[in-house]
Parts: sequence; structure tokens; C-alpha cells
Amino acid sequence: MSRNRRRLFFSAAARGGIWLMAAIALLPLALVLLHTVTNGLPAALSVNFYTHVERPVGIPGAGVSHALTGTLVMVGIASLLAIPVGVVGGIHLVEYGGGQLPRGIRLAADVLVGTPSIAVGLFVYAIAVAPFHHFSALSGAVALAVLMLPIVLRTTESAIALVPNGIREAGLALGLARWRVALQLILPAAAPGVLTGCLLAVARAAGETAPLLFTAFGNKFYTLDPTRAMSALPLIVFHDALTPYEDLVRQAWGAALLLVALTLFTNVLSRLALRRQIALAGGQ
Amino acid sequence: MVARPQTGTPTAGSSTVSPHLTALEGAPQTLVSVEGVSFWYGKRQALNQLDLAIPHRRVTALIGPSGCGKSTLLRMLNRMYDLVPGSRTAGRILFGGEDILATRQLLELRQKIGMVFQKPSPFPMSIRDNVAFAPRLLGWGKKRINDAVERSLRDAALWDEVKDRLSASGTSLSGGQQQRLAIARAIAVGPEVILMDEPCSALDPMATLKIEDLMRRLVETYTIVIVTHNMQQAARVADHTAFMLMDPEHGYGELVEFGNTTDIFQKPKDPRTEAYITGRFG
Repeated sequence: MSRNRRRLFFSAAARGGIWLMAAIALLPLALVLLHTVTNGLPAALSVNFYTHVERPVGIPGAGVSHALTGTLVMVGIASLLAIPVGVVGGIHLVEYGGGQLPRGIRLAADVLVGTPSIAVGLFVYAIAVAPFHHFSALSGAVALAVLMLPIVLRTTESAIALVPNGIREAGLALGLARWRVALQLILPAAAPGVLTGCLLAVARAAGETAPLLFTAFGNKFYTLDPTRAMSALPLIVFHDALTPYEDLVRQAWGAALLLVALTLFTNVLSRLALRRQIALAGGQ
Repeated sequence: MVARPQTGTPTAGSSTVSPHLTALEGAPQTLVSVEGVSFWYGKRQALNQLDLAIPHRRVTALIGPSGCGKSTLLRMLNRMYDLVPGSRTAGRILFGGEDILATRQLLELRQKIGMVFQKPSPFPMSIRDNVAFAPRLLGWGKKRINDAVERSLRDAALWDEVKDRLSASGTSLSGGQQQRLAIARAIAVGPEVILMDEPCSALDPMATLKIEDLMRRLVETYTIVIVTHNMQQAARVADHTAFMLMDPEHGYGELVEFGNTTDIFQKPKDPRTEAYITGRFG
């Protein structure tokens, strides 16, 4: 009897401990969100914030439209660079994954994931900025692509590996060549999982500041020309938050909120895609 | 019922020719001729010196305990073992005058020798697209593809159940229906041989019965080779049965006895066959 009571007590205590730890883990996230929303909302609620560009301190109606489009353009170009290579590379790792080369690719990707993003920025500065003697959105996109590539590669690999082997065998038994099986059967079956990886990579790239500091550099004016310096939301946060001017700091909070919202949105999308992938894989 | 096969007597050629290579009495001509075939997974030998004459338009069952290499033999018939790194073969498998083990025309080979697996694995696309997949690959015209889809689904006894929802996903079907879809998919391009690797082991008895009925009808058009763990199934559907066993000393699979199914089950010549079918081991 008392033994049973002790067991129940420990069970309750353990459960309480787990709840407490979970709450502590969630606390920073909640605080960041709360802080960003309350501080960012005043700027983000104004229409000008989305349509105008930066203005000198004290002049009302400033906005971050140039940074918003800058983020979209650079992340877009980076996606075009990183996603095809990453997806095809991920397929290769699963379908032909035995030898030395795939092992090397995996190692390189894992190292790249852990590489400080500022180092990546510096590297791209050396190869894509310094030789041309000016900053450009293109070089920023290259830096972001370098950061996205390993994420896309590795998540594609795990999504492809989830596809039941039966589909692969059934395709080969129909006489398909291996590359056709990979592209026409395996990839569609893994599409939601691959999409998840791409979206996660996009979210990561959209939030990166360091690699843009000396590649895209930032720009106070609106431009869509990828050969010129371009602003991005994280750059606005970085520059404006450090100024002593109240309205610029408010802009920075607004940009931060916008960035968090974009990232959250992308993450939710990727979650939905992942759920579909799991349903597909389990349905076999 | 079926005449006793001549498996014990030496053939007209030389006495060194394996008895299993002679066409069974009462059986039509040999379609696939397995001659002195061995197989290695890396260093481990899985099959040793198999001879087997697979008759045209008959159901041939491969039975035997786990690990005897029956699936390996089946997968050699359409070169699925190519996927296994480090695999090695010896001997030859003649089909239409060509050695399956040596051919480089894998695409053509697999269109002539289709395969159905234990798990149906419908492709993540519609029922119609599942069946039309291989015909499209061959670049058939639209009309021909549509005809092939209907004919294959009819032949696979699935047409009446799915004709109103050909656009539904292949994964929405029940297990038994999925397996019949897999059969329809395999016969869409008109193969000569259908290999079945334990096609019913994941199905309930009713679905199994349907597949077995289907096999009896399919064999009017196709040659079927089936691997099964279920001896009753072999007894029900197979015209000819090959019993395989792992050599306890060397660890590789060997063919013990091949003959008409009734003989294998009622008057097996080898004591090991008798022991297996009476359930004393395996």
C-alpha cells in the first residue's frame, strides 16, 4: 500500500518536473514573441511601413519596403541556386549513397551546417564582392545559398530515405532506369518532405544577418537590381536598433516583427508539408 | 490426374544433364531455362548449381523454408539483384534464346518479365496513372494506353471495383485491391512472365482467395512463377512446384526436387521434401 503511494508520488513528481522543464524551455520563445509583438506593432501597423523606404530621422512616414523586397529577392535567388542542387544532391546520396564521394558530401554538408554564417559571408565577400569592387544583392544571395544548401541536401536525403523501398523495386521491375525511378517515383513520393526542407532553409536564410553585412551590405533606397547593394529586413534590424533615435528603433522592432512573422509562416507551412509526408509514408 | 514427371530418368542427351532441365511430362515447352545457376551476396554463396525448366503458361511455385534462396532465384529472373552491391552470378538463365544473366537490355527484359511484390506499393498517383505508367514510358499513344489500362484492370479482376474512380489515388484502395492493382500495373505492357514474390502474405484469406483465382485465370495468358511460404497455396495454384532447401553445411540454397505439384505433395521422391511438406521442419 505504502509502496504504491510512493510510486504514485514519484510519478506525480516526475510529471511535474517534466512540465516545469517544458515551461522553462518555452519561456524564452514566449518572451521573444511577446517583446517583438509589443514593440514592433506600432511600426508594423502603419501602411507606410510596407510601402515607403527609409527617411531621415524625424521625418514621419518611413518604411521598410526596400528591405522587404530585398529579402524576397535575395532569398528567392538563393533558393534558385541552392534548392535544385540540394534536392538532386540529396537524391544522389540516397540512391547511389555507398561510395567515398557520398560520404564526403555528407561530411561536407554537416560541417557547412555548423559553419558560422559570418565566415560564409566573409568567404563570399572574397570571391564575389572584392573582385568586382562593389557590394551586390547577388553576392548576398550566393552567401545565403551556401547556408541553405546543406539544409536542403540533408532534409531531402532523409525525406527520400523515408520512401518505402517497395516503390523503388516496383519501378525498377517495370523496367525504369534508376534515374527515372528516382525522379519520377521517389521524388514525388517524397515531395512534401523535400518541401519541408526547402521551407526550413528559406526561413533560415531570411533571418540571416551576418552573411549579408559585407555582401549585400544594405541600401537606403528601393532597388530590384541584383547587381547593386540591397537592403534586407535583418540588416534594417541590425542598423536601426543600434541608433539612438526612437523612431529608427521603432522601425527596427517593426522589421523584426515582420521577419518573425515571415519565418513563423514558413515554418507552419513546412509543418503542414511534413505532416502530409508522414501520412504518405505511413499509408503504404 | 497429372502424369508422373520424368524427373528421375536420365535425358536423351547426356547423363550429366540435370533431371530438372527436362520438360516435365504433360507440360508444354520450357519458357525459361535455369541452367547451373549459382549466386553470391558478396562472399556468401546463396544459391548453388540450380537447374530448373520453367514451363510456358503454367504456374510454377518455389517453396522451401526461409533462407533457402527462393526469393533470390526469383529475383534473378528479372535481374532485380542488380541492386545488391557485390552480387555475383554463375551459370545461365535462357529466355527467348538470350541469357538473362548476361543481357544488357534490362528495360526490355523487365517489360517481358514483370514482377509483383509482397507489398503492393502503389505509386503515389491515381489508379489510372499507376497502370499507365509503364505504357507511357514506352511512348504509347493515348488510345492504346487507355485500352491497356482497361484491359489490365479487367485481367486483374479490379475493373468493376474501380472503373468509376480511376482518378482516385492508388493508395486509397484496400490491401487486396492494391495487390491486384500491382498485378494490373505489371501486365499493362503485356509481359510473358509474371514473377510473384509472396504476393498474398500480407493479405487476409478472402483477398488471398481472389488473387489465387486470378492467378489461375492469368495463367491462360501468362507464365507465372510464384514464391510462397504457404504450402497450401502452392498446392492450390501451382501446376509445378520446386522445393528448395538450404544446405546445412555450406549455407547455400539448393533445389531438392522439382515436379508436378500433385506429385510433390502426394508422392515426393526426396525424403527431405516429404519432411517439409508434412510439417516436420521449416
